[in-house]
Amino acid sequence: MQKVKEGIMHALFLICACVSILAVVLICVYLFSTGIPAMSEIGVTDFLFGTKWKPSSGYYGIFPMIIGSILVTGIAIAIGVPIGILCAVFMSHYCPKKLYAFVKPAINLLAGIPSIVFGFFGLMVIVPIMKDLFGGSGKSLLTAGVLLGIMILPTVIKTTESSLNAVPRSYYEGALALGATHERSVFFASLPAAKSGILAAIILGVGRAIGETMAVILVAGNQTVIPKSITSGVRTMTSNIVMEMGYAGGLHRGALIATGVVLFVFILIINLCFSALKRRKD
Amino acid sequence: MTQTSKTAVQAAEMSSRAPEKYINRVTLGARLKQYTRSPLSLILMILVMLAAVFSVGMLLFIIAYILINGVPHLTAEQFAWEYTTENVSMMPAIINTLSMVAMTLVIAVPIGVFAAVYLVEYAKRGNKLVKIIRVTTETLSGIPSIVFGLFGYLMFNLSLGWGFSILAGVVTLAMMILPLIIRTTEEALLAVPDSYREGSFGLGAGKMRTVFRVILPTAVPGIMSGIILAIGRIVGESAALIFTSGSGHSLPGALAGSGSSAATLTVHMYILSTEGLHVNEAFASAVVLLVITFIINLISDLIERHIAKKKG
Repeated sequence: MQKVKEGIMHALFLICACVSILAVVLICVYLFSTGIPAMSEIGVTDFLFGTKWKPSSGYYGIFPMIIGSILVTGIAIAIGVPIGILCAVFMSHYCPKKLYAFVKPAINLLAGIPSIVFGFFGLMVIVPIMKDLFGGSGKSLLTAGVLLGIMILPTVIKTTESSLNAVPRSYYEGALALGATHERSVFFASLPAAKSGILAAIILGVGRAIGETMAVILVAGNQTVIPKSITSGVRTMTSNIVMEMGYAGGLHRGALIATGVVLFVFILIINLCFSALKRRKD
Repeated sequence: MTQTSKTAVQAAEMSSRAPEKYINRVTLGARLKQYTRSPLSLILMILVMLAAVFSVGMLLFIIAYILINGVPHLTAEQFAWEYTTENVSMMPAIINTLSMVAMTLVIAVPIGVFAAVYLVEYAKRGNKLVKIIRVTTETLSGIPSIVFGLFGYLMFNLSLGWGFSILAGVVTLAMMILPLIIRTTEEALLAVPDSYREGSFGLGAGKMRTVFRVILPTAVPGIMSGIILAIGRIVGESAALIFTSGSGHSLPGALAGSGSSAATLTVHMYILSTEGLHVNEAFASAVVLLVITFIINLISDLIERHIAKKKG
């Protein structure tokens, strides 16, 4: 009797563990089985590299959106990563203990703020500022990039800080003993030793930025053309899906799901990079 | 003579005490001198300080901005039980959010905890299946919420014919938080000392009894911190819900099928901010979201401190 019970529980645990496999398989099956046929109906090159998105007249080119996603992510990284790394340096090598008890929860709180609140904040604060500075509507590539840069800060800070803390203290002390200043010791001895952790932070930041939807949709302007300058409006793949899914039907819906497939493939590549990096570290 | 010897003793005392107090201590003057000699260090120091001030300042600014603009609009109307197009009450959305949190946890927590138990307590080292489970769990945690939303829409709303329903949102969310629950539970289980297991086996308990009576109770704080993080994710989620649980403004009448659409607080706020007609009400719901986030962070902080205290 006892043995049967043990066996049943063992099987139950095993089944639960396999749920995540089932989930990934289901996601792949449903997305690909709807997205791939739509993609081939439009024509893969027309879909991926077509520069015209006009579902009403049968043009389904998502190239502007792919470029939009990449550019917005690029700006977010250019803003969020340097600030995040410097802030992580502050937390691990400058911050007095008493201040740390305030800074650490603050960064955690920043990570917990819902993206819709960030988006709303961007809409009410950053958009008017950009409007004053550059004219136009204020909703632009730059606005979305800046907002996303702030949103990925906690991710970058947390990952970098933990990898900085994992660097042996002797690196820093050795540099100090050789007469380097505190800054030089931190930046030229400790920080290079944490470089794989910093790379991981960047990859995680890219993943977060490229998948972000609700915040971007409110501040990016959402025009379906390749942006001419940093202050023109842009639409990302994620916002394309949310904006049109509500009323799309037929091939239009298929094209939107195919956009999701492209995004999914992007994320898979990023994840692959991340796990390859982790394996090398081990 | 006595005078001089006294000062000598004093000096000796001073010098013997001095190193302890001043060792490795850089005075402000010395530091400034260092900076004049190495301008790069000065620049780096200033950059570090600016970055820290920016990061924390940004958070404080966002919180202050939302609170100042939102708190005056937290009127009784906003918390009316019935939603109408005039009062745009967020009360149904708050209740929807809470009920979705509860239902999602009911689905995801047992599955996630049991999965972690299998991975930590049962699986043999180098098992191929375990490798696949780990890879898929990692993949699942990296998928953006909009992709989850698309999938949920395709499978639950269309294929299974649930339509915009609270259940579709719940199951989609459960899949999203599953990796988080598995990872935190795994960490908590690994932190349980092996002597607990040996002690339990030594007393003649079976594997199942050991898991449920010894290991899981010890790991509860760690599992709790994972659940709290998951609640935070559920409350903040919006992209995965727009096309699954939809934007129904009142309380759902059923779990699935017609009349079961349920907007959470984030979706409610998204609708308000894209319409642009109810900015004040959007501010008010942002305040409620911030307060919930703050409470969740506070609880998870307390749990983490509790775990650290037990360890130390």
